[in-house]
Amino acid sequence: MTPDQLNRDIDGNMNGTVLAAEHLTMKVSSPEGTLTILDDVNVFIRAGETVAIIGASGAGKSTLLALLAGLDVPTSGKVKLNGSELTTLDEDGRAALRAAHVGFVFQSFHLVPSLTALENVMLPLELANQPSPRDKAMTALQEVGLQARAGHYPNQLSGGEQQRVAIARAFVTHPAVLFADEPTGNLDTATGEKVVEQLFAMNHAAGTTLVLVTHDASLASRCQRVIRLDMGRVVA
Amino acid sequence: MMPSQSIIKTWMHAARLSLQKIRREWRAGEHLVLIMALLVAVTALTTVSFFTDRVERAMKQRGNEILAADLRVTSTRPLPGGYLQHAQALGLRTAQVQSFNNVIVSGDATSISTIYAVTKNYPLRGKLKVTDVLNGPVHETTQIPAPGELWVDARLLSRLSINLGTELNIGKLQVKVTRILDSRPDEGSQFIEFAPTVLMRLEDVPATGLMGEGSRARYVQLYAGDDAGITAFHDWWTRQPHDNQRVESLSDASPQVQNSIERAAKFLNLTALTSVLLSGIGVAMAARRYTARHLDTVALMKTIGASQAMVLSISTLELVMLAVIAGVLGTIFGYIAQWGLALAARDLIRSDLPAPGLTPALLGMITPLIILAGFALPPLLQLKRVPPARVLRHTVAPPPLRYYTVYGVAIAALCALLIVLVRDVRLVIFVGIGTISTIAVLASAGWLLVRMLKSVRHNVGVSWRYGVANIARRGRESIVQLVAFGLGLMVLLLLFVVRNDVLNDWRRSLPPDAPNQFLINISPERADELKQFFVDHGIAAPELVPMMRAHLLKVNNTPAADLKPKNDRGRGFLDREANLSWSRELPDGNKLIAGTWWNDADNMTAPQVSVEKSIAEAFDLKLGDTMTYDVGGQEITAAISSIRDVRWDSFKPNFFVLFSPGVLDKVVGTYITSVHINPSQRSVMGEFYKRFPEISAIDIDALIAQIRGVMDSATMAIQYVFVFSLLAGIAVLLAAIQATRDERRYESAMLRTLGASRRVVLQGVAAEFIVLGMLAGILGASAASAVGYHLATRAFNLNYHFDFNVWWIGLLGGMVLVGVTGIAVTRSVVNVPPALSLRER
Repeated sequence: MTPDQLNRDIDGNMNGTVLAAEHLTMKVSSPEGTLTILDDVNVFIRAGETVAIIGASGAGKSTLLALLAGLDVPTSGKVKLNGSELTTLDEDGRAALRAAHVGFVFQSFHLVPSLTALENVMLPLELANQPSPRDKAMTALQEVGLQARAGHYPNQLSGGEQQRVAIARAFVTHPAVLFADEPTGNLDTATGEKVVEQLFAMNHAAGTTLVLVTHDASLASRCQRVIRLDMGRVVA
Repeated sequence: MMPSQSIIKTWMHAARLSLQKIRREWRAGEHLVLIMALLVAVTALTTVSFFTDRVERAMKQRGNEILAADLRVTSTRPLPGGYLQHAQALGLRTAQVQSFNNVIVSGDATSISTIYAVTKNYPLRGKLKVTDVLNGPVHETTQIPAPGELWVDARLLSRLSINLGTELNIGKLQVKVTRILDSRPDEGSQFIEFAPTVLMRLEDVPATGLMGEGSRARYVQLYAGDDAGITAFHDWWTRQPHDNQRVESLSDASPQVQNSIERAAKFLNLTALTSVLLSGIGVAMAARRYTARHLDTVALMKTIGASQAMVLSISTLELVMLAVIAGVLGTIFGYIAQWGLALAARDLIRSDLPAPGLTPALLGMITPLIILAGFALPPLLQLKRVPPARVLRHTVAPPPLRYYTVYGVAIAALCALLIVLVRDVRLVIFVGIGTISTIAVLASAGWLLVRMLKSVRHNVGVSWRYGVANIARRGRESIVQLVAFGLGLMVLLLLFVVRNDVLNDWRRSLPPDAPNQFLINISPERADELKQFFVDHGIAAPELVPMMRAHLLKVNNTPAADLKPKNDRGRGFLDREANLSWSRELPDGNKLIAGTWWNDADNMTAPQVSVEKSIAEAFDLKLGDTMTYDVGGQEITAAISSIRDVRWDSFKPNFFVLFSPGVLDKVVGTYITSVHINPSQRSVMGEFYKRFPEISAIDIDALIAQIRGVMDSATMAIQYVFVFSLLAGIAVLLAAIQATRDERRYESAMLRTLGASRRVVLQGVAAEFIVLGMLAGILGASAASAVGYHLATRAFNLNYHFDFNVWWIGLLGGMVLVGVTGIAVTRSVVNVPPALSLRER
């Protein structure tokens, strides 16, 4: 893709593009001086596409994910998500955009320990003030096969079960884009595979765009496209 | 949609979410620590407040018993009947008393008696105590003598050698003695009734024919009712022409009782104050923990779309709901607890406690809001600023809170609350300075310790290394804990130190051998004989204090009639004939607060006077001002050379105005003295009355018993209230330990995974808490001694004695209290399977 195409996409003619980033640079100050985490990264993702971001530890994968999802703001560059330019929005604007269009699955699950499995799935629906959150959440739990565990707290669930609750929570709002950060990183191989199956199956059924950060090559290979990062730059 | 509608919608939505959140988190035990700290605080505070309110009301009522009313007007002339009508129109109850001295004769025997003629509602406050047989059981009664009946002092029976049923003449009226009068509530308020009292009906007085021209009687009207009515009546009376009349309320009726009540109230308030301070610390610690635990949840909520306003609304509403829950529950618990407390103390407090007012309940509702707004809201506001990127990188945190600024505001808010609560700005300031200094000292000491421990840890065993390493590694958290522990211990020790000091001072002021007989009107010729009389009966010769009557003529150049006293005591001082004395030494129980006491080197020919503080305040008297008296027709002008604070509850003869030696020596006066007579020596006084008929002896055992009763009430209340402050202190220690519980669970799991036994982990925990406790104990003791010194000398006006035991108690108490509580609470942490703790992480 040429920069012209990218610019056209970013400037509004999305042309099937759901997520685009241009010249993303992220610098942080540290005791040793300014560190460049991401350096002029350009990314373009079409609706329904599954994309893996891979790279070694410290390559900038999680930072790129945070910027693409609007969890953080770049030092310079633009990000456009589902037609809205994230980098011009304030934190609340980005939050509203996430509530409407984005789902997340994390390596460490990030379930609220004081809420049951069902309540964890209900949380994004309640925050978005959607009607009948309980029924919708129960349906989502059924889809991941955990309806029997609805009343259990996270510490009463296995790692695989916790991640499936997180997947149910991610899909319950029918997001346009799903971000997954090392979704199998805390799971054993067998459980990880089951979770990945579930994730891809649901993603396929919902037609959601999937952006997946991993350093697991086999997991990355299941995606349609791979973006490789090295020292903060896209290398492939 | 209009913006305001949008805001309302956001808040409604937030309210619904907060309710759900509270319900879920309550179920999961998330709020347990915060709500516990808050609940203990509110319960302790409202228990104290409800109980203090009742005790204060009871003490005020008992204090009013001294007057037998809430307010009374006295005069040497008949009082206008319009007063009674006006008071009754204001809803007050009224009664009348007329008292005069008269000789009562029975056969050959005679006795001067004080006739106390009363109307049917007398006394309006307190009860008459009577016996129906000589030396029989004393009981209270609500009756007064029937017409034609007389209730008499037992002394009169023995003086006149008569029995119950005897008929006596009072003037022209024949009356029958039907009961023995043991005590009246108002008998101790004035030292004018030296003679045995007899009680009769006011309606019977005209028939005695004794109230003719030239008769000397005192006319008293008593009023009782609610505060508003009393105030209204007092104001109304002030606007009436009232020459030769005097109004008396509790504040000026009896300096002795007033002193005791003020001290008791101060101490009860001090105890309440410590509960509030402790609660602030407890809530702050719980809120810190709550915030730390919710950083991830909030980051997640923001990640999945919650706005900052939503996060803020949820947090704020959650706090308000918690405050309401804690306020309502705590107030109910406090109400129940204070009833239990009153029930437990009912035999010891002696008087029935009235129902509490509503103020403590209001306080119970407001206090958690202030405490939460001051101590919990700032850390919770941090949640609003949690970056959502924390879901990806755990190290991303909100900008650090400026605790010093935030808690400064919180402490200021608390101080405002305390001033309302304690109504003693000075006391609050002293305790506030003590608290802030302690925090500064403890924080510095904690910082030093943390630095020192880094070098110590290489020389100790694994458990101790783990323990001290924990303190050193937690740095800031350790300092916060030290401050909390140190402050808690300071408060507990302060109560211990100051409490003992105040109580000991009270006891010292009323030792078992406190004088119980006042002897007045001792002529100089009989002085030696009187001394010898007591020596012959094995009683130390009393010290005779000269006393002479005088009229105040002028202060500087202002005639006495033009003086405008600023307080009731000053008005009383002007109304009465002055009792003057002189002394070479500063009398016991007197303390100079300005000027110098004269000594032999002074030029004693220039007359000097020393004036009591309240009189100096009433007339704005300063050193160097002059007072002119008419002493037996001789005009004497003396310059004020000192101002004294007088301990009126010492029961020794005390004077508002004392002259320097050499001025009044030649004036023919009388002597006054006080002696202590053991119960076994009562017969000595019988002999004394016969031998010295002209000397008036006042039996002040009854007055002492009355004052001791008030003090006992206060002491018991303080001790019970103290138990609750202690519980509040322990609750704060628990909250402090709870604050690091999550971290400890993880560390314990890590250590045990690496092969440490439970014993080693527990020893490490013990080492940490013992070291923390020792340091906090030592520093708490230092701070308590310093604050105690200031409180005792400045606020309570006592002589303070440094008690070195406090240091040992602080050290050991800190070790045991913090060590045992710490181990007990963290023990369960070690019992959690390591896998579970690590998985939760």
